[in-house]
Amino acid sequence: MKSLAELEAIKNKIKNQVEVRRESDSSTRIVVGMATCGIAAGARPVLAALVDEVGKRNLANVNVSQTGCIGMCRLEPIVEVFEPGKERVTYVKMTEEKARKIIAEHIVNGKVVTEFTIGAAE
Amino acid sequence: MLELSLHVLDIVNNSIKAKATEIEIEINEQVLKNTLTISIKDNGCGMDKEFLKTVTDPFKTIRTTRKVGMGLSMFQAAAEATGGKLKISSKKGVGTLVCVTFTYDHIDRQPLGNMAETMQILTSGNDSIDFIYHHIKEDKEFLFDTRQIKEILGDVSLANPEITMWIRGHIEEGLAELDS
Repeated sequence: MKSLAELEAIKNKIKNQVEVRRESDSSTRIVVGMATCGIAAGARPVLAALVDEVGKRNLANVNVSQTGCIGMCRLEPIVEVFEPGKERVTYVKMTEEKARKIIAEHIVNGKVVTEFTIGAAE
Repeated sequence: MLELSLHVLDIVNNSIKAKATEIEIEINEQVLKNTLTISIKDNGCGMDKEFLKTVTDPFKTIRTTRKVGMGLSMFQAAAEATGGKLKISSKKGVGTLVCVTFTYDHIDRQPLGNMAETMQILTSGNDSIDFIYHHIKEDKEFLFDTRQIKEILGDVSLANPEITMWIRGHIEEGLAELDS
């Protein structure tokens, strides 16, 4: 069983990393629409995949968060990427696989996955 | 929604929007009695009687992006399709209780789905809210309480990816034991 002792160990490990994290002010924000429309369209596994990738790759400067309805329900699940000093990128009709690809290509390698963006969908 | 756990995620978001600081989720599976009950209780701002009367009407919503709100209506439809029902009680300034019953073996009952992922997502964005998740199956039970987790974590956020993965794994294992 994933024990509380294991949780304690994870916490101690994180605490050692926190100082490094605070020094950097240039963090990337990834926001997932989690209103009824997003959830019904499959946003939950998308969000979970993003968190999973960020955790596995130890991307300390990437913050994954949730928001409500972005206003384009037919294009849900929607993921928006905000990078400091760059224009916002909106990805639409996301899936778990696409989400993992965005972390690898866009967040890690810095290449926007144009085919998944709202520009390509519209 | 294809899973009941997705409805839970959606309806708990109502509690979060209502500024709840404590949210209790209880799932009770009584296979022999052929019932499945899901209840969500919060200490959020509550609703007045007028709003409560119309709250499962899809054309009532507090959202500002459009004029329809489907969350409770869809949860109610999912329950009624199995011969169950959705009951909601609320008091302004006190909180809200949503209680939904299903016929366990009804062919139209949606699967419970991934509750571990629902709890992972709920706890990750809301450090200021205490979540209590109680899952009962026949005579066994599993209890998850973020107050206990926060005591261990101190000032480390529940939103930390490694913490959320631990929470997910912890709940997956706890729920698997209910089936063993």
